[in-house]
Amino acid sequence: MTSVRLIARLDIKGPNLIKGVHLEGLRVMGDPQEHARRYYEQGADELIYMDIVASLYGRSKLTEIVRRAAHDVFVPMTVGGGIRNVDDVRDLLRAGADKVAINTAVVRRPELITEVARRFGSQCMVLSIEAKRQAPGRWEVYTDCGRERSGVDALEWARRGVDLGAGEILVTSIDREGTRSGFDIELTRAVATAVRVPVIASGGYGEPKHLLEVIQDGAADAVAFADALHYGRAAIGELREHAQRAGINVRMT
Amino acid sequence: MNDRQVAVVDYGIGNVFSVCRALERCGAKVILTGDVSQIEAASRLVLPGVGAFADGMLGLRERGLVEPIRRFARSGRPLLGICLGMQMLATVSEEFGRHEGLNLIPGRVVAVPDRALEGHLQKIPHVGWSALVAAPGAIWSESLLRDTPEGTAVYLVHSFSVVPDDHRHGLADCLYGGHRIAAAMRSGRIVGCQFHPEKSGEAGLRMLAQFLDA
Repeated sequence: MTSVRLIARLDIKGPNLIKGVHLEGLRVMGDPQEHARRYYEQGADELIYMDIVASLYGRSKLTEIVRRAAHDVFVPMTVGGGIRNVDDVRDLLRAGADKVAINTAVVRRPELITEVARRFGSQCMVLSIEAKRQAPGRWEVYTDCGRERSGVDALEWARRGVDLGAGEILVTSIDREGTRSGFDIELTRAVATAVRVPVIASGGYGEPKHLLEVIQDGAADAVAFADALHYGRAAIGELREHAQRAGINVRMT
Repeated sequence: MNDRQVAVVDYGIGNVFSVCRALERCGAKVILTGDVSQIEAASRLVLPGVGAFADGMLGLRERGLVEPIRRFARSGRPLLGICLGMQMLATVSEEFGRHEGLNLIPGRVVAVPDRALEGHLQKIPHVGWSALVAAPGAIWSESLLRDTPEGTAVYLVHSFSVVPDDHRHGLADCLYGGHRIAAAMRSGRIVGCQFHPEKSGEAGLRMLAQFLDA
């Protein structure tokens, strides 16, 4: 069976690894390469790089960061932030990325999902959904790093995105991001049951029980960790052992 | 000649950057090339690839690489096909029609079952980490899995997989929805991995190092 993936997420601004709360209030955490190397050595199943201001300010240093990472990281890398077209995707894949995660550009022009999937395969096209709760069972998609409302319903968008060719969905709860109060289980579960592609839960990890909840109750196929790793509150190896003890199928390293 | 020199076949498809970096990490001198004379002169060859079977074979044919790769394999030098590269070692693929492969390890490329043995629908493509189990009767010593314990997880991304005609060519499988899926196969010094050793962490790097020692 395919195991639940434990993913290290690195949010990037310019050359720096940063961390925010609700995708805002950014704090510089250091050199992304050092952190990436550490998470790879800890046994992360995958890395996600997100340039979280790129869609506001245009092109970024992301390609360079990915190229450097590819010298030291030998697990899959997903890269997102500021991707506008198929050429941007090609450049990131050439730099060593395995998949791209796109939010703002595909909300504005959903056909881009199909273009990326046709050219590089749907396994390469990760639909990034950043969502905020509006009412019980209803979440709205936000673009531009949690700043702009889109008026789009997150569940409808997830289904449509998969129909258009997305091979995976990264669901970030803006409400929970950086709060350490646990993942948005309902949101994760709603998306995971709405589509037949893997769903990565992101935003809110605080303590080990949150990991078990989002897998067992949230039906997540993969879980992303950011500030808990950056601040050293958790290491991938401990998370893996915790999941294993709870009977969750994770990769043996 | 064992100077850890390796040629990676560049035929205009897929992301070959990661394969080259991983081989270099294992101490290889890597030449990325689509040039017939460089392929003929290589001491070992890696055939990478991501994407559709027909596109891959077309890429090889357009560059006149089909016969040089076959000759290379028959010369007894080590050849490693990764992902689509493993599939192209087989005889024929059923992906979007019927397409001939390199026929170096007789077999068919068929769709990964979209239903688990228990009957429920399962996700395609099959993406993620799966544990390796020995193929029936396979022995991993003297192969690139020599240092790999059974149960080691590797990273796969695929919708199709090879069924070798001769089960003795099977080296390792992984289970998907209860079905055995060929994860690695071998005939002499020709090896194919459906998984990506260059994306399978330290375990994958050990396999590449074994290939370089072969």
